[in-house]
Amino acid sequence: MTLSVRIRHALPGLTLDAAFEAPQGVTALFGRSGAGKTTLVNAVAGLLRPDAGRVAVDDWVLFDTARGLWLPPHRRRLGYVFQEGRLFPHMTVRKNLSYGARFAPVAPNRRETDHVVEMLGIGHLLDRRPGALSGGEKQRVAVGRALLSAPRLLLMDEPLAALDEPRKAEILPYLERLRDETDLPVLYVSHSVTEIARLATTVVVLDSGRVTRAGPAAEVLSDPTAVPSFGPREAGALVPGRIAAHHPDGLTEVEISGGRLLIPRESAAPGTSLRVRIEAKDVMLSLARPEGISALNILPATVTAVTPGTGPGVAVQLRIGTDLILARITRRSAERLGIGPGLACFAVVKSVAVAKGDVGGAG
Amino acid sequence: MTGWLGPEEWQAVALSLRVSFWATVASLPLGILVALALARWSFPGKQIVNGIVHLPLILPPVVTGYLLLLTFGTQGPVGGFLEDRLGLVFAFRWTGAALAAAVMAFPLMVRAIRLAIEAVDPKLEQAAATLGAGRIRVFATVTLPLILPGIIAGAILAFAKAMGEFGATITFVSNIPGQTQTLPSAIYAFLQVPGGETAALRLAGVSVAIAMGALLASEILARRVAKRVSGI
Repeated sequence: MTLSVRIRHALPGLTLDAAFEAPQGVTALFGRSGAGKTTLVNAVAGLLRPDAGRVAVDDWVLFDTARGLWLPPHRRRLGYVFQEGRLFPHMTVRKNLSYGARFAPVAPNRRETDHVVEMLGIGHLLDRRPGALSGGEKQRVAVGRALLSAPRLLLMDEPLAALDEPRKAEILPYLERLRDETDLPVLYVSHSVTEIARLATTVVVLDSGRVTRAGPAAEVLSDPTAVPSFGPREAGALVPGRIAAHHPDGLTEVEISGGRLLIPRESAAPGTSLRVRIEAKDVMLSLARPEGISALNILPATVTAVTPGTGPGVAVQLRIGTDLILARITRRSAERLGIGPGLACFAVVKSVAVAKGDVGGAG
Repeated sequence: MTGWLGPEEWQAVALSLRVSFWATVASLPLGILVALALARWSFPGKQIVNGIVHLPLILPPVVTGYLLLLTFGTQGPVGGFLEDRLGLVFAFRWTGAALAAAVMAFPLMVRAIRLAIEAVDPKLEQAAATLGAGRIRVFATVTLPLILPGIIAGAILAFAKAMGEFGATITFVSNIPGQTQTLPSAIYAFLQVPGGETAALRLAGVSVAIAMGALLASEILARRVAKRVSGI
């Protein structure tokens, strides 16, 4: 299933004019506050009637100004997970979860319900009321409630933004399971590059109401021209990998196309696919293979592009094996080392973050 | 039971209870609808509707009663129509007393319900819509349970107001014992005759007791429902 969206809508101070497609998997709609993300998702859900456009899931049209067609939200069958949960305060968790089922053409059966409850780890909360839940528990129930309305598509509007870091870390694995265990397309709105790097298979970058970049997550995240959108401190590439071995000194060896990376111990078994996030600020460049250095991960690389930023830094795109990563260095270093496309060098990777699952489009 | 209240006094109390009960119950659906319209909908003439609803609060009750007599009296346009078509007579009947009480209590009822509706987060209703509920189902499953405390408060307030309504009632349907002589009308009548003070005092006591009972009941109910709705 693919969601195609084309929407034009004038708001005070912002004109939204965006078109994109969200295929199977998680499509992250990324943008800074005020870029028009929520407006866009509300238009898809039918909570807002845009000036013009068309929204369709495959050939099922939800909205089309050209044909004068507009389905009200309750007939769109899109599960919507809001930033603030929006659980019904007067119902128990169980009632909240089953709310959508009575309107669904085919209600989820007992086994499917149990599976969703188990997947989200909310079995012990069923008889409680929302007022007695923590923020993270509320969001997990909200995800379950949306899933159990038998939707054709899941919309998530910054579902983690209202939570603190530990709560985010608590929910992210559930969302990864959701991505990997259902074949529901998910439109995931976020302004957090970290979340996107962990969850997204496709990334759509929205800037001042326009789509500035769209494509497979690994491709968009390793694009040096997209660095200003993500911010120089957060930009970083995604690389698909596979656990090769666990070492007795607590390190795990991950095989990527351009070599091997040593990372802190991962619990998954050897052979497991994962995605490795290498942030641009954690990559140093060296013309010769460095000796006597504490960093363990030194990979041969070829410069493919150099994009100056607005400040004193430049974004350097490197090819490592068949993957692309980014390095952020100062303009002065780039000039001193003579860094330009085609140059062979070594990338010194200071730290690596790991997320489970395959990278969209590259895995 | 009639030991300390005379038959005429009992009659007035019973009539008042009946009039107030029906005034409240019959106007409640309209009250909810009007409160909903004023709180949520935008339509031309909204301020005029708002004004008309609140008019009985500001007008002298005698004027409201007189206007009711002009409209719903047997010679009135609406009254004549209802009598011909439905056999429904308001003038000088207990039904008329109920109508007068309902009109006078309506602004209080609408106000309480409207405040409750305005306190409901429309985002919850949006969430219900995205889960597949149409407008009526959203109202029945989300909005209505959440505004229940406001509805109860509004109904009890209206009931108490109806129990005490005097001016519009006596103007519209007069003061006929057993037919339109409500509790306040009876107190008024007793005070007009020599030696009626003790009966008036007893009825005043009944009034106070009913009013206090209504207020307490509303408090208890509202607290119970608020606890349920707050989600704990």
